[in-house]
Amino acid sequence: MDSITLIGMASVVTAGLTVAIGSIGPSLGEGRSVAQALSSIAQQPDETNNITRTLFVGLAMIESTAIYCFVVAMILIFANPFWDHVITK
Amino acid sequence: MDIKAISPDQVVILQWGPISLNATIVFTWAVMGLLVLVSWLVTRRLSSDVQFSRWQNLLEILVKGMQDQIRAISHQETGIYLPFAGTLFLFIAVCNLLSIVPGYTPPTASLSTTAALAICVFVAVPLYGILNRGLSGYLRQYIRPTVFMLPFNIMGELSRTLALAVRLFGNMMSGAKIGAILLAIAPLLFPIIMHALGLLTGLIQAYIFAVLAMVYIASATRAQQEREQKQEKEQEEKGEKSHG
Repeated sequence: MDSITLIGMASVVTAGLTVAIGSIGPSLGEGRSVAQALSSIAQQPDETNNITRTLFVGLAMIESTAIYCFVVAMILIFANPFWDHVITK
Repeated sequence: MDIKAISPDQVVILQWGPISLNATIVFTWAVMGLLVLVSWLVTRRLSSDVQFSRWQNLLEILVKGMQDQIRAISHQETGIYLPFAGTLFLFIAVCNLLSIVPGYTPPTASLSTTAALAICVFVAVPLYGILNRGLSGYLRQYIRPTVFMLPFNIMGELSRTLALAVRLFGNMMSGAKIGAILLAIAPLLFPIIMHALGLLTGLIQAYIFAVLAMVYIASATRAQQEREQKQEKEQEEKGEKSHG
């Protein structure tokens, strides 16, 4: 196998794995936090505004790990520095 | 934005010698111009009467909503925080919502824009902290609870700035990207649905960016507040004891 094939294959496979594995943790975490927030709202409807705001901030924090994975995958597919290096050589 | 370009930085609209004008710069200035123009047109004829224009009503609702949110987060008066946090929210929200206009790519889908906004927050947090607590009071919170926490506090400061930039960039870029990919696969209906979802995400991201900036600022300015409250409480307790 020449290096172009190797780099292309590794990039595509890694990009898929990055998104697939990287989204497991955040999705479980987000599910837990939303479930907890919903039961809190059901118990204390007066505090809905506070709970919702904190929930959104927390979700953004959790989601950022998944976003990192997504950005890495996008770089691997669309702006891969190794691929560009091999192509220009 | 076509399927190959990862950010609107790569979409060059005008090339003039070594100077190139890319989509990010053009649309950023367009959004800023739009915001300034609308605000100027509306605030030209303000009335404190019962009768006022719809646009004034819109701006009042926006400002009031932002004030309420800031007050709820920071437990302080909104005076000096509103211009900063409000501008962040309005700019990002307008940037993201304008993506329904054909041919427009949100400038927030470029890492340079979001990094600039995150650096604004990175600079503003110590500024507000020093303004609120003095230089030594602000610096002292880095060595709290012990001196050994100093490197971790500094690292946290840097990494949350990075997280702020990459979060907004990733969300907006993914929206534009998914639209472009779906346009190539199923161009009839699906891009519209994803676009509608993208509008929702865009507004939420604008909200989150402003709220996180406000949370960081509030955490840099809060300790002072807490100490004052503790003193007040102690004084009240003393007063009650002396009365009883």
